[in-house]
Amino acid sequence: MARIGVFTCWCGENIARTVDVEKVAAAVGELPGVRCSLNYKYMCSEPGQALIAEKIASEGLDAVVVASCSPHMHLRTFRKTAASAGVNPYRVEMANIREHCSWVHHDRDTATQKATDLIRMSVAKVLWDEPLEPIRVPVTRRALVVGGGVAGIQAALDIADAGYEVVLVEREPSIGGKMAGLSETFPTLDCSQCILTPRMVEVGQHPRIKLYTYSEVEQVEGYIGNFTITIRKKARYVDIKSCTGCGDCWNCCPIKRNPSEFDYGLGMRPAIYMPFPQAVPARPVIDKETCTRIKKGKGCGLCEKKCLTKSIHFDDQDALVTEQVGAVVVSTGFKLYSIGKEQEDGKTSGYGEYGYGKYKDVVTSLQFERLLSASGPTGGRVVRPSDGKEPKNVVFISCVGSRDDAKGLPYCSKICCMYTAKHAMLYKHKVHDGQAHVFYMDIRAGGKNYEEFVRRAIEQDGARYYRGRVSRIYEENGKLIVRGADTLAGAPVTVEADLVVLAAAMVPAPGVRDLARKLNVGYDEYGFLLESHPKLRPVETSAAGVFICGACQAPKDIPESVAQASAAASKALIMFGHAELTREPEVARIDEKNCAACFACIRTCPYHAIDRADVLTPRGVFVKRTARVNPGLCMGCGTCVAVCPSKSADLAGFTEQEIYAEVEALV
Amino acid sequence: MDIGYYPGCALHGTSNDYEQSARACLEALGVGLKEVNDWICCGATAAHSINHRLSVALPARNLALAERDGFGEVLAPCPMCSMELLKASDLMKSDGKLRQEMGRIVELDFNGRTEVLNLIQAFQKVGLDSIKAAVKRPLEGLKAACYYGCLLTRPPETLRFDDCERPSSMEAVVAALGGSAVEWNYKTECCGAGMTLANTDIVLELSHKILTNAAAHGANCVVVACPMCHVNLDMKQADIEKRYGVRHGMTIYYLSDLVGRALGLSDEALGIDRHFVYGG
Amino acid sequence: MTAQFEPKIVAYVCNWCTYLGADLAGTNRLEYPPNVRILRLPCTGRIDFNLIVKAFEMGADAVLVSGCHPGDCHYTAGNYHARRRWMLFRRLLDTLGIETERVHFAWISAAEGKKWQQVIGEITEKTRQMGPYAAYQELSEAAK
Repeated sequence: MARIGVFTCWCGENIARTVDVEKVAAAVGELPGVRCSLNYKYMCSEPGQALIAEKIASEGLDAVVVASCSPHMHLRTFRKTAASAGVNPYRVEMANIREHCSWVHHDRDTATQKATDLIRMSVAKVLWDEPLEPIRVPVTRRALVVGGGVAGIQAALDIADAGYEVVLVEREPSIGGKMAGLSETFPTLDCSQCILTPRMVEVGQHPRIKLYTYSEVEQVEGYIGNFTITIRKKARYVDIKSCTGCGDCWNCCPIKRNPSEFDYGLGMRPAIYMPFPQAVPARPVIDKETCTRIKKGKGCGLCEKKCLTKSIHFDDQDALVTEQVGAVVVSTGFKLYSIGKEQEDGKTSGYGEYGYGKYKDVVTSLQFERLLSASGPTGGRVVRPSDGKEPKNVVFISCVGSRDDAKGLPYCSKICCMYTAKHAMLYKHKVHDGQAHVFYMDIRAGGKNYEEFVRRAIEQDGARYYRGRVSRIYEENGKLIVRGADTLAGAPVTVEADLVVLAAAMVPAPGVRDLARKLNVGYDEYGFLLESHPKLRPVETSAAGVFICGACQAPKDIPESVAQASAAASKALIMFGHAELTREPEVARIDEKNCAACFACIRTCPYHAIDRADVLTPRGVFVKRTARVNPGLCMGCGTCVAVCPSKSADLAGFTEQEIYAEVEALV
Repeated sequence: MDIGYYPGCALHGTSNDYEQSARACLEALGVGLKEVNDWICCGATAAHSINHRLSVALPARNLALAERDGFGEVLAPCPMCSMELLKASDLMKSDGKLRQEMGRIVELDFNGRTEVLNLIQAFQKVGLDSIKAAVKRPLEGLKAACYYGCLLTRPPETLRFDDCERPSSMEAVVAALGGSAVEWNYKTECCGAGMTLANTDIVLELSHKILTNAAAHGANCVVVACPMCHVNLDMKQADIEKRYGVRHGMTIYYLSDLVGRALGLSDEALGIDRHFVYGG
Repeated sequence: MTAQFEPKIVAYVCNWCTYLGADLAGTNRLEYPPNVRILRLPCTGRIDFNLIVKAFEMGADAVLVSGCHPGDCHYTAGNYHARRRWMLFRRLLDTLGIETERVHFAWISAAEGKKWQQVIGEITEKTRQMGPYAAYQELSEAAK
């Protein structure tokens, strides 16, 4: 027989003013199972809690009902009190006779009656409450970081420096991401590669970072603390261990003219190539689409012959490896929106009117970065791609794709106002008699020293800013005629430009939706990954143990990406702080004897917390199929309980029996 | 085969040469044009700038009339007319209440069964291969600047025709006729439209720019599929020359003129001799 | 003097939105009729509609199911499941002759204390007008 203690609180005047607490305490003292019933002024106070503890000991109580405020206020408090006095904390219920009673009803009789009813319901429930133990999930204290741009690099270093192993997977042959291709960064005009490459090297040499480049995540299995990741190492055709990066191979490659990915098509690279001079790992890769030997299966092979360390292997194949990790950080970054007519999806459309792809001298912002970069295809000289001449008038157009409902992307890409000002400044620093023209809608320069930076571009470097959009660009006598508007002057503006730079919108990197599905992370209509809460949980996701950072979550600049990366790393480190994760035990469970294996629950569970399993005899003979809840993943919503046709699924803490008992005690 | 024909005010009025040309060349291609019975004005700019319901009601009646006459397709050679008809059709198809209201006002029902075509689409329906096969006099030496103006490809959501920023459907027809088209920059720039009388200066300036650019890119003629464009570029060419002191001497052909010529029809049959700028 | 009929209202609410909304009504001291008894569940998705029938069986005159707004479910989709289930269940109840007007559905968020007050007020008054749900008890007796 249960031994329940009921403790009715006055909450000073808050409850006692309206509810006759003494009458209530007396009434509920008569309920079956109730050993003692008392009332006290402040149940949550130290003496109040001591009272509960004392009664637990003296009356041998095994369950507690506290009639006071909302469980959202003090359920945790009273659970602790009960636990420290030897009562299982999950055999504690609270009847809300303050927020739901004394504060909203003023007739003493009805309020008192309602309070009694509410306590009776809680007593009926607690009779059936099971003693639950917290769930312990072992944690593999290793992390996976997907994407080796500046965010991924920061997260990997933070976790590795804290003493845990990190597996860093990067799709390109080198880490570094978009930042490796930038010339200088705002607002300091630091050389991008100078600040990034030391970190890249640190990653490459870190004893606790296992670097997989030219690799992708193929499959993800498991759950928080216990992920099994399958990684596809794409065939590089070069053994990066024996290769010394001497360069004999790429210097002798006869297929010289492939558009360079790193230079966004502005420069050329051979079929066997080093992605860029500061690459980590500093090893070449063979492009299997353009290499004669790999395409035809025979011929050429010059690089193989030249290689003194015999590191070239044309028979290389993709390889699959598995890694066990406990947490995943996604930092897959962004790409620029496709300005031309061809779009990846049917929802966005291009800017045919800007002539991108038609006119060589209309380039994207990232292409312009390569022109500015000292190690770029033009050695840092700003020249026109068409004829190599120095442009004297460069037009920069903001918001190409961004903030444009007609083209399908209504959001602001955040960084373009700043980098456009930077481009105008750097252009002027290189071409002293050049003139920069910027067409903008608004100037967004909200970061530290950002506004001052933009003012410098205008006041010191003479950039001309026109508030208006560009309607058309066409070529006339070798010049690009840019027709736009200057809404502040109230007149149309035509600029004869030598070069046009389009600040294209930031969109998530290709393939991110597939990765998100593998990880059970949500994404929005643009492909940006969804955070748990936009304000309070910006780096967590709905998938426990999976964190996001950087531009894959939303457009952002380098300082923010780095900050978010450290934030995501800290979330992983919180997990790694203990060998085990403790979870609340109010999770679902399935009566495997009863389960008909219809798997309706599996289809319904939003957390993919239920798996198909086999029931075996102790000797391993197959008995039947069943559904089985993973207590490490279940979040305790109870939807499976409601859909189960055989009532095999139940939810600890809110079981069928408990709820029905509560309803039956109602009336 | 016969299709419905909606001339609109222009083609029975000042741009009667366009009607002559369209009829003649389509007949030569075996397509008879049957005028929609009792048609009325489409409303054009006048209606849609003043009263939204009026701008839907006028085309609604015309579409309903075309349906009543049993036409599956109706050719509206003026892009303003075809645009207004398509716009009203879209609105009524998506808004049942509006459709019913229009039905009451125009006293006829609209059921969305008639397809509206512009001149280029009419040629596409005949088939560019069929047209090519029927060519008797390939247009050698023709260097056409194909001019689309504002309304042939815009608004793109309503017309769903060609690429609104870089169209090429007219060029395809010219190529099928054995001629060549130049790449130029003013394909979709405005000619001044209905400002011809109200604000002639604007028309002169804009049309002058168009003609200049066409010549600069090596064109020896400009091809249009819009009666308004034709008026501004052809009829007003003398005024342009007077104002800017430039002798353009640029022949402005309707697309149907070129098709007709290639099929062997005479300039007189096509009404080309009625143009203001005519070389003979 | 005849006692006015006081309906018994059972409310199955979700822990994260509606329960907090009701708490907020309390914090703001918004007064409403005392006829409702709240049952706290983690999510409206947990609600098997047998629970609704059980409430009537136990003498409830009206039942309210209330959870997070669509798109805001703490567990991402539980409220959608509840709503879809209700669509089907309503037909079933109807066919069985159970008065579906006595079952109410609402989306009340943690910020909507006022809405809680309004909804409870409306339901209580409406149920008062409809009178006690004696018919269910009769049906249930007859079925035995």
